[in-house]
Amino acid sequence: MPLMTDRAAPSLAAAVRAVIHRELLLAMRRIGDLTTPLVFFAVICTLFPLALGPSRELLALVGPGVVWVAALLAQLLTASSIFRQDFEDGALELYILAGQPLAGLIAAKVIAYWVVTGLPLTVVSPLLAVTYQMPAAAVITLMASLALGTLILAFLGALGAALTLAARQGNALLSLLVVPLSLPVLIVGARAVALSSAQSDATAALKLLAAGALLSVVLAPLAVAPALRIAVD
Amino acid sequence: MTTPILELTEVCVERGDNTVLNRVSLRVDAGEVVVLRGPNGSGKTTLLRVAAGLTAPIEGTVRYRGSDDAVTAQREMLWCGHKSGLKDELTARENVAWFQQLRQAAARDVDAALTRVQVQDCADRPVATLSAGQRRRTALARLLVADANLWLLDEPFTNLDDLSSSIVHECINTHVSQGGACVMAAHQLAVDAHSHYRAMDIGAAND
Repeated sequence: MPLMTDRAAPSLAAAVRAVIHRELLLAMRRIGDLTTPLVFFAVICTLFPLALGPSRELLALVGPGVVWVAALLAQLLTASSIFRQDFEDGALELYILAGQPLAGLIAAKVIAYWVVTGLPLTVVSPLLAVTYQMPAAAVITLMASLALGTLILAFLGALGAALTLAARQGNALLSLLVVPLSLPVLIVGARAVALSSAQSDATAALKLLAAGALLSVVLAPLAVAPALRIAVD
Repeated sequence: MTTPILELTEVCVERGDNTVLNRVSLRVDAGEVVVLRGPNGSGKTTLLRVAAGLTAPIEGTVRYRGSDDAVTAQREMLWCGHKSGLKDELTARENVAWFQQLRQAAARDVDAALTRVQVQDCADRPVATLSAGQRRRTALARLLVADANLWLLDEPFTNLDDLSSSIVHECINTHVSQGGACVMAAHQLAVDAHSHYRAMDIGAAND
């Protein structure tokens, strides 16, 4: 056994794979947690038509906004739990001491979190869009904007979760912290769908969301990493 | 003189207004087992956390084999804290295999490690269904699948019966005989029974 030798630097890619695999496996074993935001999203989207009445024009008008607000709340609903369990059971210490860039592992973890939260919202959204008389083009825009938007929200949520991890009453603080930051995502996302519904070009808004998603994947983990180090100290 | 695996020099740690560690120094060479002793609240865990790089000292230095680079240090050592980091929903084998992948240790045998700590019979049960001792041993099995020179163990004998404790002692002895080192907090451990273990009384060093 070659102890006391200089080890070759292990690759980040393999560690990232290990993190994503474990997170998805855990999500499969806790399938109940996974469905909560999804049910929340579906319930809000179906309650609005019941409350507003069956006017086609009205539903078509409010649809993009309602679906987007519901998605935003559903996505942020689970934000506080991103690091909670890892913090409580000590797994966070293993991440921090893994000998890998912590930001890389965090990016992997949050992407896996998005795969089990934001992606399902995106996938079911066409079913709910039907209620709001959305044309096919708008449904595609809705899916694209939700996929990108929930990815941004997942990373914003991770940032808030990391900053409030060690705080008592962290949940209330988390909403205060993250909701204002998520407003631009909501505005651009809902606007993209509204433009598309009105047969206008929504590419610019989608590009803006794509840029935001790229930025948050790259930059948010750099802020989350030191926040987590402070939380476990 | 060879470079020590771990060297803490005049480390100070404060929590609020309390001084938890006051100018504590510790040097650990290859082949050594250091047992940190002291009453609850004396700073054993804090010292281990400083050594692991989880807690930053306000004064003093921590060096691994002469280097103060954090990533090098993390590859040199393995931390097994009071909180296990095991996931209840995953099996013992999945937990250990994940750790091996995360650390990307040269393919050591996960099954061999589980057998070594005698959890092979419940390796495919979710950790939630294991007893406290079995969970502890599963956590310690992670040390065996990742190769690192220095083991930092916080109360490794908690929840372990005599047989399990002797397994852990055996693993530690094998590790140090191969050139590794081990620092552990163990307030109940009778060091006399293990002649090569070096005791360090934290309370006394900390006055």
